[in-house]
Amino acid sequence: MTSYPNPLPRPKEELAELERVWQPPSGFGIVTAVNNTYIGIYYVGTAVLFFLLAGILALLMRVQLALPENDFLAQDAYNQVFTMHGTIMMFLFAVPAVEAMAVYLLPNMQAARDLPFPRLSAYAFWAYAVGGLFFFCSLLFGVAPDGGWFMYPPLTSYQHSPGIGADFWLLGIGFIEISAIAGAIEIAVGVLRTRAPGMTLDKLPVYCWAMLIFAGMIIFGFPAVILCTALLEIERAFHWPFFIAEKGGDPLLWQHLFWFFGHPEVYIIFLPAAGFVSMIVPTMAQVPLVGYRWVVLALIATGFVAFGVWVHHMFATGIPALSLGFFSAASMAVSVPSGVQVFAWIATIAKGRLRLSVPSLFTLGFLAIFTLGGLTGVMVAIVPFDWQVHDTFFVVAHFHYVLIGGMVFPMFAAFYYWIPTASTRPLSETLGRWFFGLMFVGFNVTFFPMHIMGLLGMPRRVWTYPAEMGWGWLNLLATAGAALMTAGVLVFLADLLRNFRPFGDRNAGNVWNAGTLEWLPNGNYASRSIPSVASRDPLWDQPHLAKDVEAGRYYLPGAPTGKRETIVTSPIDAQPQYLLQMPGPSWPTVLAAWSTAVFFLMLTVKLYWLSIIPGLAAVAFVIRWLWETDPGYYHPPVDVGGGVVLPVYATGPVSHSWWAMIVLILVIGSIFACLVFAYLFLWTVSPDVWPAATGLPLPDLVWPLASAGLLGLSSVVIALGGRALARSWHWLVRGAVLVAVPLPGLALWAELLGQWRTGLRAPDSGYAAVVYMAGALQGTLVVVVAIMALYTLARSLCGLLDARRRATYDNTMLLWHYAVGQGLVGLALVHVTPRLLG
Amino acid sequence: MSPHQQQSTLAAQGPAADAIATLWWVMLGASAVILLAVIGLITFAIAAPPERRRWLASSRIVIAGGIVFPVVILSTLLSWSLWATRGLVARPSAALRIEVVGEQWWWRVTYLDDTGRPSVVTANEIHVPVGVPVTLVLTTADVIHSFWVPSLAGKLDMIPGHENRMYLRADSRGVYRGQCAEYCGGAHALMAFYVVALPPEAFEDWLTAQARPAPEPADDFLRRGRELFLSTGCGACHTVRGTAATGVIGPDLTHVGSRTSLAAGILANNQGTLAGWIAAAQHIKPGNRMPSFNVVSGEELRAIAAWLESLR
Repeated sequence: MTSYPNPLPRPKEELAELERVWQPPSGFGIVTAVNNTYIGIYYVGTAVLFFLLAGILALLMRVQLALPENDFLAQDAYNQVFTMHGTIMMFLFAVPAVEAMAVYLLPNMQAARDLPFPRLSAYAFWAYAVGGLFFFCSLLFGVAPDGGWFMYPPLTSYQHSPGIGADFWLLGIGFIEISAIAGAIEIAVGVLRTRAPGMTLDKLPVYCWAMLIFAGMIIFGFPAVILCTALLEIERAFHWPFFIAEKGGDPLLWQHLFWFFGHPEVYIIFLPAAGFVSMIVPTMAQVPLVGYRWVVLALIATGFVAFGVWVHHMFATGIPALSLGFFSAASMAVSVPSGVQVFAWIATIAKGRLRLSVPSLFTLGFLAIFTLGGLTGVMVAIVPFDWQVHDTFFVVAHFHYVLIGGMVFPMFAAFYYWIPTASTRPLSETLGRWFFGLMFVGFNVTFFPMHIMGLLGMPRRVWTYPAEMGWGWLNLLATAGAALMTAGVLVFLADLLRNFRPFGDRNAGNVWNAGTLEWLPNGNYASRSIPSVASRDPLWDQPHLAKDVEAGRYYLPGAPTGKRETIVTSPIDAQPQYLLQMPGPSWPTVLAAWSTAVFFLMLTVKLYWLSIIPGLAAVAFVIRWLWETDPGYYHPPVDVGGGVVLPVYATGPVSHSWWAMIVLILVIGSIFACLVFAYLFLWTVSPDVWPAATGLPLPDLVWPLASAGLLGLSSVVIALGGRALARSWHWLVRGAVLVAVPLPGLALWAELLGQWRTGLRAPDSGYAAVVYMAGALQGTLVVVVAIMALYTLARSLCGLLDARRRATYDNTMLLWHYAVGQGLVGLALVHVTPRLLG
Repeated sequence: MSPHQQQSTLAAQGPAADAIATLWWVMLGASAVILLAVIGLITFAIAAPPERRRWLASSRIVIAGGIVFPVVILSTLLSWSLWATRGLVARPSAALRIEVVGEQWWWRVTYLDDTGRPSVVTANEIHVPVGVPVTLVLTTADVIHSFWVPSLAGKLDMIPGHENRMYLRADSRGVYRGQCAEYCGGAHALMAFYVVALPPEAFEDWLTAQARPAPEPADDFLRRGRELFLSTGCGACHTVRGTAATGVIGPDLTHVGSRTSLAAGILANNQGTLAGWIAAAQHIKPGNRMPSFNVVSGEELRAIAAWLESLR
């Protein structure tokens, strides 16, 4: 007989206390909810809303193209509609939808009470929802972007797109990328640090693996698009010529940066969906996944190879044949891991007995459609074939097979599969079958003919075509298919309306007899107690687990500190390390997100001065929200059961916040690495605007040396302050912070002054632009670390910082040292490389 | 040739398009077999009796089907495709060089003589000799465009700051339609062109004729057309060699009457469409740089159009 961590019966008031602590806010306060079960559902719902809106745009396009020389949509309207369709589907539906599902599912699947940064999830959600709606509304005023979802300059730069449409794209999407990064930090730390005790990495559900790799890909992929949107917006606003060929910029720089993000993006969307399928198939077949290790390896391999294929979007740009061959081979190689997963699912189906439920049907539909999309993917990886079908409807067909097949079908499978964990009633099997049938037939009728259109010469992004081209009947067929898909989606909405009842006290329960922890009985606090895990499918292997967990026999059966808590575990073997007290509902978080959205909106419509108000408000609300998040050691260690006594506070490398800071530094470092790439790329393309060719002198070495000295000094002072803090020499700590704060700014000033004095001006050339851009990135970081340092100072003055309660100081110090490192590398880049290699 | 084969990748009329079409048919066959096999396996895994499908349920199948099989197939495909398409980018010893400049939303075409100097300037129509390799020098005047004649070859982008070269050969006489393939703003959908492949002697005759200045008007009506053309200010943007019109913003119209189409492949070329284009260019191709000259009277419009049509 197993011995349980906690004995029965449990004290009567324990459950009541747990419920009280996790009580969601009521009334208008409901918008301040931060719990993953609430934010997750808001988030998924908003993503579905954007799916419907972008779907309506797709229908408008299909109506316009149904007949040759149609005049349902005029040229300008069509160009805005296809740009918005692609942009919304990629940035406001696909990525948020899979992040949203993770916010909802991950904690429950790992038996954590919530993700480690609930307010960060809430901030990411609200920023996305409000910013996304502003972005969509640009269409209603006829000022939507019309440069296509990949926004190639120079079409989208100031000469050829002078209106504010492109600014809506660059600032709107740039802003939503920040929200995606916030989600990725949350997910990475959540998967690594908040698991059920004993859920070692080799027992981690495949979906959690997929989300970990997803988060890693966002961390390294999104920085490229954040940088290139910033560069283009700066080119538009201040005429810094990053992409203008006459001035030594290069339009291809955009394409490299954009697709360095853009291709991994496809796998960023696909991996979570593959994760869904790897959870659904074993449950429906009632056997564990065959080839678990191979599937995990396949996910990891995809994550790496996906970063080596971006040039296959650029086969027709005239780049040299040798690199074409490399990227062609890499693009084919990336299909291998997908093949591994497909065969693992087939083997699992063969091992068990597949129940043909609605989730199974969508999974099978996914397998068929995705296989076809993968095969056409291999075709377009063949360089000469791509020269023919690139930018035609063949490619449109290909990526809809991959994206709708690879992401939308699994997502609907996931909705039908997991809704019983959220709703008091499952969705209807009957309506679900109709929905699947209409979607599957409608999808193929819509998109299969597009392959043929492309082969017959129809380019994508055309709002009209002549009757004599012979594309009319194929287009009419495709439009009929779109009508079928619409009918399918309406059936789905009807099913939701009839059966989806979230936020109740009880849910429908483990209706599929699944084996993983999200199917434990749960409330707003997740499961009553946190089980220890000994296998990959604990609910199958420990038949009494659900009952014992609900009875409170496992860890942390209540809320011993009177706050929301979860157990933080070690990253590899999931040993409990400390009890994390988590913040609850919060107005400042929501207000910070809304203010940030308004700030970006005002920047877009060029209300630069007015934008200072929401900008400062956002910073103030963020500080207010953070003020409560470093509670310190006020509570003694807690016995969570079975003799496991956990401290209630942690600092340094064991702390979840330290991990989040490391992840954030990886993001910022990737942005900077992309800028280093931009510098070297423009140098190879346009050596004629570099100092050796122009004769313009580099700044005297005294400037960068002074700058480097100031940077180094600031790091030393901050580090000494950290030592002083360990001895609680508070006035010395405060003095160190005050001395250090201006130094990075002075260092930047010395660098910029040195450049300015040579006569170099950013709008002059690609070289000048990228040199000043290094300064601009550094400047952003300098402002951030200065705010953080002053915040730390304020906490010290309020007595909230001491030798043990020092997470704020440590995290600030971490980013500070990084900022100094980035500054030094930047100085070396712009001063040393041209002297050595110029 | 039927009209819908004018712009089809599958109706190949040159070695490049031909090699790619072969590639396509082979890949289509292989893909169809693989797709059916996968669907067959899935059906088998669901529906076959448990003892008969047991062999499928192992990690060995995952490795065989997911790694070994694709690696073999993909390596074969990659090697064969490299072999089959070798020489598609090799530089021929072509004497004839043609510069094509993409502009929003038309194509400026310049024939270069042996010394590299422009000999003939035309627009939206490229004449080439059958069976002779031609070098196309592709650039852009504004945004990114992509040059694509599916029946002859794959596409190649026209990118600011870059000069791309395409080597092309048409193997049979005919008129092949092409279209801009990279979205280039507003009227991207209305940026087509034609490649006219002629026997070498006919091509030489055409080139000689194009190099001549515009013919003198044959009658008073045409002469009036020419005067109106010049007095309305058309010459600020258009060149008609042999007249005072020397503008370079829009297409060279010296032999506009000899072209198969108008306004970058979107209108038939006759007096009616010429008049219609002059009067309503903004309606026909919204956002292009030619204003709608709707202040010109009907009779004047007919005279200008008739004169332009006579420029053969």
